[in-house]
Amino acid sequence: MGHIDPSLVDWSRAQFALTALYHWIFVPLTLGLTFIVAIMETIYVKTGDEWWKKTTRFWMGLLAINFAIGLATGIIMEFEFGTNWSNYSWIVGDIFGAPLAIEGIMAFFMESTFFAVMFFGWDKVSKRFHLLSTWLVAIGSNLSALWILVANGWMQHPVGMRFNPDTARNEMENFWDVLFNPNAYTKFLHTISSGYVLASLFVIGVSSWYLLRKREIKFAKRSIVVAASFGLLVSLFNLTTGDDSARQIAVDQPMKLAAMEGLYEGKPGAEIVAFGILNPDKRLRDSTDPFLFKVAIPDGLSLLSYHRLDAYVPGIHQLVDGSKEHKILSVAEKMKRGRKAVEALATYKAAKKSGDREAMKQALETFRNYSAYLGYGYLKNPEQAVPPVATTFYAFHTMVGLGTWFILLFFLILYAAMTDRLQKLRWLLWAGVISLPLGYVAQEAGWITAEVGRQPWAIQDMLPVGMATSNLSTSPVMLTFWLFAILFTALLIAEVKIMTTQIKIGPKEHDHV
Amino acid sequence: MSMIGRIFRFYREGFASMRLGKKLWLIVAIKLFVLYVVIKLLFFPDVLQEKFNNDTQRSDFVLRQLTQGAR
Repeated sequence: MGHIDPSLVDWSRAQFALTALYHWIFVPLTLGLTFIVAIMETIYVKTGDEWWKKTTRFWMGLLAINFAIGLATGIIMEFEFGTNWSNYSWIVGDIFGAPLAIEGIMAFFMESTFFAVMFFGWDKVSKRFHLLSTWLVAIGSNLSALWILVANGWMQHPVGMRFNPDTARNEMENFWDVLFNPNAYTKFLHTISSGYVLASLFVIGVSSWYLLRKREIKFAKRSIVVAASFGLLVSLFNLTTGDDSARQIAVDQPMKLAAMEGLYEGKPGAEIVAFGILNPDKRLRDSTDPFLFKVAIPDGLSLLSYHRLDAYVPGIHQLVDGSKEHKILSVAEKMKRGRKAVEALATYKAAKKSGDREAMKQALETFRNYSAYLGYGYLKNPEQAVPPVATTFYAFHTMVGLGTWFILLFFLILYAAMTDRLQKLRWLLWAGVISLPLGYVAQEAGWITAEVGRQPWAIQDMLPVGMATSNLSTSPVMLTFWLFAILFTALLIAEVKIMTTQIKIGPKEHDHV
Repeated sequence: MSMIGRIFRFYREGFASMRLGKKLWLIVAIKLFVLYVVIKLLFFPDVLQEKFNNDTQRSDFVLRQLTQGAR
């Protein structure tokens, strides 16, 4: 695949993964906690109960810490686009530019303006205007996420654009196709609702700690009722958006789905693995059982993917080697077609240089016929089309397993709180505390599934990661990888230290941020 | 007092009454300095912007990358 040093590609990947994973530690808590404080403040405005004001202000303070520490951590990825991923940046420029520009403008005006009112405006603006500002911060933060996920969704399923061989750029043909790309909005809904789940776990975790320490009892119980109610609702919603997302993956990225399930042999009525240990000796095209151990639900994957018990789900072998019966092209055939697209692009370029209009026209026609397979033209062998199966499988199952546990946890905690038995059930309070870091594990596992599962593509079927990378020396990429590792770890330590200090102080002393 | 004056006073009083917020703003300022002044300037040039003078040259370069080895 190309001319670039493979270690450079791996370090560039590692650097982007590091920044994205660290950035995603801060973002989901902001997305969800803004809504929880908005709900708490609504209760305050409705009831006039000063306890709710104090409760809202405490959580708002923790939100401020998370927002400040996480602020601008995502900008590093934009730096990386221009330096490490310059080919990619150029090729997607017009598609990425519009959503990210909208995100920047909206984030600046909505969040920055109303954030100030939210923090400085207590007792200075009317209660209702303050409440409106809090809700607008919540909505604005989440809309910012929409634009980022529209851009990500386009990379997973590029629509609404056309590659211009004169400029080597994708040009937007239909903004609405990009915005309403099914891959984008299912990802958006699943991602933001997972942020709400994390924020609910955060409030429950901190409040459970207070109850275990027998302090801030009234405050903690009230916070838990709000967070567990919100958490239960949004985690059920998260389950449905996860189902939508999986169905979309089955259509747009069947290889990712097969890797998520460790499915090597496709079949009708494919089972879904509830729990499994992959066989590390399994190799592509051998007959070894992919699992050392598994607990599977018959027909589950067919049902999940196509909402039919007998639906055929292709496995990794069929997706690599093709299947006439199921009309699946082999990767080798796609590579042939991709190479025709690459050759046509080269012919077009040469014909343009020599001013041969007829040759240009023919080359362009050939390119358009095969451009859907362009990215395959850069693969060296069909095996390169298979993502890392073990990482994708375990990340996906970790996310699903934890997501299921969170639904049960929210239900149990809400039930115990409503029946006033929460303080007696210390194991449940401990479960609440321990589930907070597990919420972060689930968040990161979700992104690992989404991004590792779509390898080798930077843009699905169009641009493999190796072609997207800038041809740089590896050492500065290694150096900046470690710089970022140190910077982000310092920020994380600052976040944890400031947060724990504020939590230890508690809501009583927390009048001003 | 004019609207602009009231907005200015709102922000001034808000910043003045901050406690933890002052520490957070300090972290934000240090972070932005490290990101934009140190990291961006020293390590993250926009490769295509710096290497070429215009978009035609940038397009040619990327097309060369995409078609290398094709003919």
